[in-house]
This record gives sequence, C-alpha cells and structure tokens, in this order.
Amino acid sequence: MNWLDTFRTGLEAIRLHRMRSGLTVLGILIGIAAVILTVGLGEGAQSDVSAQINSLGSNLLIISPGSSTSTGGVRGGFGSASTLTTADAEALASKTVAPDIAAVAPTTSTSASLTASSTNWTTSVVGTTESWLGVRARTLQSGRFLTAADETNGSPVTVLGSTTADQLFGGTSAVGQTVTVNGVELQVVGVLTSTGSSGSSNDDDVAIVPLRVAAQRLFGGTTRTGVSTIYVEASSGSTLSAAYQEAQSELLAIHNIATSTSADFTITTQQSLLSAATSVDKTLTVLLAGIAGISLLVGGIGVMNIMLVSVTERVREIGLRKALGARPRVIRRQFLVEASVLGLAGGVLGVLVGLVGAMILPHFVSSSVTLSPTASAGAIVVAIAIGVGFGVYPAARAARLAPIDALRTE
Amino acid sequence: MNQPVIDLVDVNKAYRSGSLSVQALDDVNLTIDEGEFVAILGPSGSGKSTLMHIIGCLDVPTSGVYLLGGEDVSTLDEDRLAEIRNRRIGFVFQQFNLLASLSAWRNVELPLAYSGLRRRERRERAMAALAQVGLGDRVDHRPGELSGGQQQRVAIARALVTEPALILADEPTGNLDSASTAEILGLLNDLHASGRTMVLITHEREIAAAAQRRVRIRDGRLTADIDAVTR
Repeated sequence: MNWLDTFRTGLEAIRLHRMRSGLTVLGILIGIAAVILTVGLGEGAQSDVSAQINSLGSNLLIISPGSSTSTGGVRGGFGSASTLTTADAEALASKTVAPDIAAVAPTTSTSASLTASSTNWTTSVVGTTESWLGVRARTLQSGRFLTAADETNGSPVTVLGSTTADQLFGGTSAVGQTVTVNGVELQVVGVLTSTGSSGSSNDDDVAIVPLRVAAQRLFGGTTRTGVSTIYVEASSGSTLSAAYQEAQSELLAIHNIATSTSADFTITTQQSLLSAATSVDKTLTVLLAGIAGISLLVGGIGVMNIMLVSVTERVREIGLRKALGARPRVIRRQFLVEASVLGLAGGVLGVLVGLVGAMILPHFVSSSVTLSPTASAGAIVVAIAIGVGFGVYPAARAARLAPIDALRTE
Repeated sequence: MNQPVIDLVDVNKAYRSGSLSVQALDDVNLTIDEGEFVAILGPSGSGKSTLMHIIGCLDVPTSGVYLLGGEDVSTLDEDRLAEIRNRRIGFVFQQFNLLASLSAWRNVELPLAYSGLRRRERRERAMAALAQVGLGDRVDHRPGELSGGQQQRVAIARALVTEPALILADEPTGNLDSASTAEILGLLNDLHASGRTMVLITHEREIAAAAQRRVRIRDGRLTADIDAVTR
C-alpha cells in the first residue's frame, strides 16, 4: 500500500467520524491558537518597549545622579542636591578627555504650569543645551531649536513639544507666540516633531528651555549648576563601551571617588534599560505560553484518546486488513497518518484563528501582536508532531493486534 | 509427484484461558492436494475454526509442522505471513467482513492495494472479479445496499481477485437463506472447477456435500476422513 493510498484511507476514516475528528481538531486548534497569540502578544509588547527606548536616541548613555547599589537601593548625595553639575557635562564634552563621546546634553527637568493668553497647561519643563536635539534624535516641525547663543545669553526662549503646542495654541502656529512660566515670559521659537509614541512618559508633551534660563530664572534654588540627567551620545555603536569607560573614569576623577562601586552617579545604556523593561514582559510571556502549551498538551492527549477509541472500535477492520495481507507497519502507518492529519488540520486552523485573533486583539489591549511566519509554520509543525507523537502508541497497538483475535471480536 | 498444497503433521493448538488449558487441536494430520475441494465438517467448538485459522496463516500451531506449498510456516515472520495471506490465500468469512464505508469494488481491491498494485490495475481487476461473481452492475454499491447473498459474493470476489491458489471459506453460507446458499455454493464449485484448491468449513452435512472430499473434526481431532485419503 503506497503513501497515497494510506493517506486516502486515513482521510476516509476521519471523514467517517466527522464529529469526533472535529472535536479532536478543535482541541489542537485551541492549543495552537493560544500559543501563537500569547507568543505574538509577548513579542509585540517587547517590540513596543524597545521602540520606545530606541526612540530616546541612538548610541545613548544616560547618566543620572545617585548610585545604584547591588541591593537595588540608590545612594544620593548629601541633602537634596544633585551630584551632577553642568561642569561635569562640560568636562565630558571635551574631545581630549573623552574622544569617543560625540555630544553631551545636560538636562534639568521640573513640572511647571505654562500660560498662554487665557490657556494654561502643566507640562515638564526641561532645561538643556543645543545638543539635546541631536542626542535625543529629535527633529523640528517648525521654527528653530535652542542655540549656543541662547545658552550664553540666557535668552528667554522655549521650544515646545507638539502636544504642548496644541494644548496651548490649538490650531494656530505656536512659533512667535509667548508663554509665561513662573512669571517669566518666554518666546516660542520652535515646535518639535511628534514622536508618535504613546507611553508612560510622553515625549511630545514638553517645553524645552535653555539650561541657564531654567536654573537661574525659572526655578532658582541653591543648586543652580545641578542637573538631573546628562545624556551622552557615543560617536558610534562600536565606541559605546569606550564612551562608557571614559565618562565613568572622568566623572569619578572629578568627584574624587576612588572606586566605581562607590560612585555617586549611575550610567545606564539603552541596552540595560531595554533588558530591564523587557524582562518582566518576557517572564509574563513565558508564563502565558506555558499555560498555552499545557492546553496544547491536553489537545495532544485528546488525539491519543480518540485514536485509542478508533483502534478499539476498528479492531475488526484491522483484523480483516491484516487477514487480507496488510503488514503490521502498514497498519501502523495508516493510524499515524490519521493522527498527523488531525494534527495538521488543528495546526492550520489554529494558525488561522491566531491570525484573526492577532487582528482583533490589539483593539482590546493596548499592545500590538506580532505574528511571525516562522512561528506560524513552527506551530503547524508542532501540531503535526503532536499528532504523530500521541498517535504512536495507539498505532503501535493497532499494528500489534493479532488478526485472529481481531476477527473474533464481535 | 505433485507437492501437496497443505500438509499438517501432528499439529497441536492449545489455548490458555486463566488456569484452564483448552486443547483446540490434538495431533491433527491432514494433507490437501492441489485442486481438491475439501469440506471440514464439525459441530461448533470442535476446533474447526482453529484449524482454518492455522491453515490460513492467521494463527500458528503450538506444536507440529504446517507446510504450505512445501514451506514451513513456523519459520516465517509476520511480514512474510502477511504476504502469504495476501498472495496465496483467499478468505471467505461467515460474517462477510466487508468494510461498510467502502463501495463493493473498493472492498474487492483491498488485497490488491496491500500487494502494491497501481490503482488503475486494481480497479480493472476488481471490476473483473465482481463481474465473475455476477455483480458487474453493483460495483458502486455499499455493503449496506446489498443483500446478504450479494455481500457474500462481493467477499468471494475479494477472495479471488488476487488469484490465490487456495480459497478458505469459513461457514460461508451460515448467515444466508437457502436460495443464496445455493448461489454461493454454485460459485464455489465454479471456482473449484477452474482449478483452485478449496477448503470449506461448515457444521452442516448438506453444505459439506458440495465438496469432493469430507473431513470430520470433533474435540480437536480429525475423527474420520469420509472418503479415502489419496496420497
């Protein structure tokens, strides 16, 4: 009996028991669809997060005050003063000290209320220098960004995020208008292009002012030279770790700290942010995929159950086929083909249901679902493997039946 | 000298059910030559079905030697036995044993499928065999759409489609009315007339009368060969 005949016989047997076969296929289908969707959801969430972190800029190092200790705590400086200053940023910007650092953008950030004629809007006011635009890989929608002259002169100017501009000025152009922050009038000179990102920190709702304006005129206080974050851009991806070393040793030298373990600052890379942010997602994905995998296992047991029922029910048929000259391996093959066809059907339908789910699900959860063709193909292969794997025992039982015992059964 | 088709020498078959051992066949000696039409006659429980299973290579003796066409069956593995059943023996059962889901011709072509013939040739030969048993116009009927006599004729077509040397019929008329019985016996006679060796197993004396030679079995022993054994 050739493969085509075996296949045809298997299909006939499946068609003969439509209801039973359909339910078996449903078991596999649910398992496969669940696995595909959970994995797709996990991958989607991870790519969302990594897109958000990559949107910070490229080859970026983020230096923040305080040290993260091995116990997870953060050791701050005395008082509430930031341990990072504009002097640190200037030192890092020096080509002789740190040749692998392309640009440095010190920032301070505070929440404040902006007033424009009759409207006001509370947003995060960020004081920084002209290099911020390049370091954070942002572009302008209109107007200009801060210049070095704005910084040296302490010009009362601001560049708004697109959301902030919309909130304050509606449809009209923001450039050239005036906003008031803490009684200081600032002229809007530019508007940033929207990043389109939606996350906990909205990069489009921001007001950028020169660092000196922020420190001396808007917020005052004792720490006029303190900054909350220094963004450092390495000259290229390959010099990122060199830039990291340079920034670290330079800051340690300036702060008179002997060892990096007692540093009063922390340098974070995008990579470390990414792995921290995705590790939770990964754990969740593995957990969900595990549950989905269990349902797939249950589906497989369903295949085995139905194949065992099928073998028991068809003892007479098997005996007859053997009496007519079917070798044990032909009988075994017939039942294996039947089981794998059930698996294949469940796999293909499961992937289809998964595809439909991937289109529907993003409307209900705020995460995209990534379905890769390789994962789908893999799922179908797994489904067939489950059919075969759980079909082996029933098929072996069928093949072992003695024709005489089989024929005697009434 | 022609070699006998079937040669059973001191064949024993014991079944064990629990602590009871049942001697189904007890030192059976039987020789059947090519072209013979032999009836094995015995009441139920006499061991005649066991004998047929052993002759048909569906079962193996506990002891003794069974030579089929001169070949010692006990030395053969399961694959080889399957091949012998496929090529050299045609079975006709009391219960017909047709597959209900398949049409008449698909039932008939089944043994050919296991011998690896191509589909076209299988179909041609199945059609020819069905025509030979007078069912040329019922090839696409399922067993459920045929009468008992017609079903048994399909089974006979299936037995002869591989052109086996030996046809084994186990109570072939046990489930049939008298008209169909006559029909089936006529067919078996025709097959014998065309040169096939025929072994018919029955508990009815009238059915056994169709054969040239009758062998009686009782309690696992061949008690009498009603006609003289021609060796």
